[in-house]
Amino acid sequence: MRGLRAGLLLLVAPLALGQAQPRLVPEVSHRQVEIRYSFTGAQLLLFGAILYPRGRVPEARTDVAVVLKGPMEPIVVRERQRVAGIWMNVGRARFRSAPQFYAIASSRPLRAIIDERTAAIYELGLGNLQLSPGGGIQPEELRRFEAGLIDMMRRNLLYQENPRGVEIVEDVLYQARIDIPARVPVGTYTAETFLIQRGRVIAGAVREIRIEKLGFEGFVARAAERWSFTYGIVAVATSLLLGWAASALFRRG
Amino acid sequence: MDIYLPIAGLSVNALMIVALGGVVGLLTGMIGVGGGFLTTPILIFFGIPPAVAVASSTTQITGTSISGVLAHTRRKGVDYRMGAVIIAGGILGSLAGGFLFRLLQEMGQIDTVISLLYVILLSSIGVLMAKEAATALDILKPRGEAKPQRRHNPMIAMLPMRWRFYRSGLYISPLAPLILGFLTGILTVLLGVGGGFIMVPAMIYLLGMSAQVVVGTSLLQILAVTAATTMIHATTTRSVDIVLAVLLLLGSVVGAQYGARFAQKMKPELLRMFLAIIVLAVALRMGLQLTWRPSEIYTMQLL
Repeated sequence: MRGLRAGLLLLVAPLALGQAQPRLVPEVSHRQVEIRYSFTGAQLLLFGAILYPRGRVPEARTDVAVVLKGPMEPIVVRERQRVAGIWMNVGRARFRSAPQFYAIASSRPLRAIIDERTAAIYELGLGNLQLSPGGGIQPEELRRFEAGLIDMMRRNLLYQENPRGVEIVEDVLYQARIDIPARVPVGTYTAETFLIQRGRVIAGAVREIRIEKLGFEGFVARAAERWSFTYGIVAVATSLLLGWAASALFRRG
Repeated sequence: MDIYLPIAGLSVNALMIVALGGVVGLLTGMIGVGGGFLTTPILIFFGIPPAVAVASSTTQITGTSISGVLAHTRRKGVDYRMGAVIIAGGILGSLAGGFLFRLLQEMGQIDTVISLLYVILLSSIGVLMAKEAATALDILKPRGEAKPQRRHNPMIAMLPMRWRFYRSGLYISPLAPLILGFLTGILTVLLGVGGGFIMVPAMIYLLGMSAQVVVGTSLLQILAVTAATTMIHATTTRSVDIVLAVLLLLGSVVGAQYGARFAQKMKPELLRMFLAIIVLAVALRMGLQLTWRPSEIYTMQLL
């Protein structure tokens, strides 16, 4: 790790000369996360360099926030209530675009480093997600469903907020680790890095990451979606074959 | 050994699923019940989404019933004509059930309906079995003289258009087995059960079929209707997890063979009492799950 950091420092030093604005050079440990038969989760390392104009580190403190965001999907959130002694889904709210995964890590708590408006513009923090709710719902009810969704996603580690998750080394290198749980949805993810100074975003950069089901598992999942009839036939045939083979084996034995 | 289930979308301990299949298979072999009504609830307790548990359990039942069908065919213990009528009803029922399943899924009520139906079903089966076993074990006194069972149910004799079912020794309207098959087919789709525990008593007491063909014909019906139900789930709800079904099958087909050997060494009444207790425990657990405050008040579904 130390060697990597030193190497990066040497590498980026000449690039840092003669620029007016700071720039971010982000990288991720995996461009692709593969969900295979024994997938129980993964850890992504998001790291990179901050290039200041003429290599001079400014006096005002700079912070880094890293956001890993999953695919946006329309969803319906349901709320359970007790009806005649039984807990069942009663209320519901639709949201047109909810990230299926959202993890933010920052070098200091967000509230301390960024002003509220900027945080809202860049959707930084779980309180600033733009979920685009569907119509026909009271504002307070909507807030309850949003809070319920975020809480549920947090407990399943699909939404994460780590106020001290970014480590900045010598003002020019940063790194953050983000845990990806086993039940992560597949799709194209974006890893966004923000350089923050005096409450404002002064530089940003994006990297794409693909999370995919590969190998046999990916094939099965795709087959079930695309060739559902054939998939059904194969399922029935496999089941019959296994049952028949076992009885044949035991009859002989 | 964790293994990722591609349709359920989570990792489970493969050995645990194989063991579950094995235990259910053992019970199947010992007592002769399908065991779907135990597999599905236990999978749900494991955290498998109910739709996936139901669909994959039907796929597994197809595999466990084949050896029984073959054995009964060899002994000429299958009434094909009766089987065809019941299967036709079953396939219609599974189509209707598939429609109902989708509707409940869209309304967000499928999980509650599955749990509720299971509580009702398991507690009534459990109580009936416990009573019967307790009577046989001389714990309970039989209540008076049992009324002599009439062979032909008057309601069924009233139905029009009679057919002859030679092997069953019946001359009745095909509407009765058709309706019976239809209702069982709906249960197969909704609950992931073969329905033998309803079909067998209904064949004996309602239809009055001759005893030699009851089990074989019921198994044939289970085989065909669970296969049809797998197709319906695969093409509509897309929740058949072939990996889960294979893991369950590996356990259950082996378990069933050993179960059959075990059964000869144990008192059948004790076995039934044992099963009754398990069934009641699962019903209780499922009921508590419905009434206890769930860990998740809010749930999310993709549109």
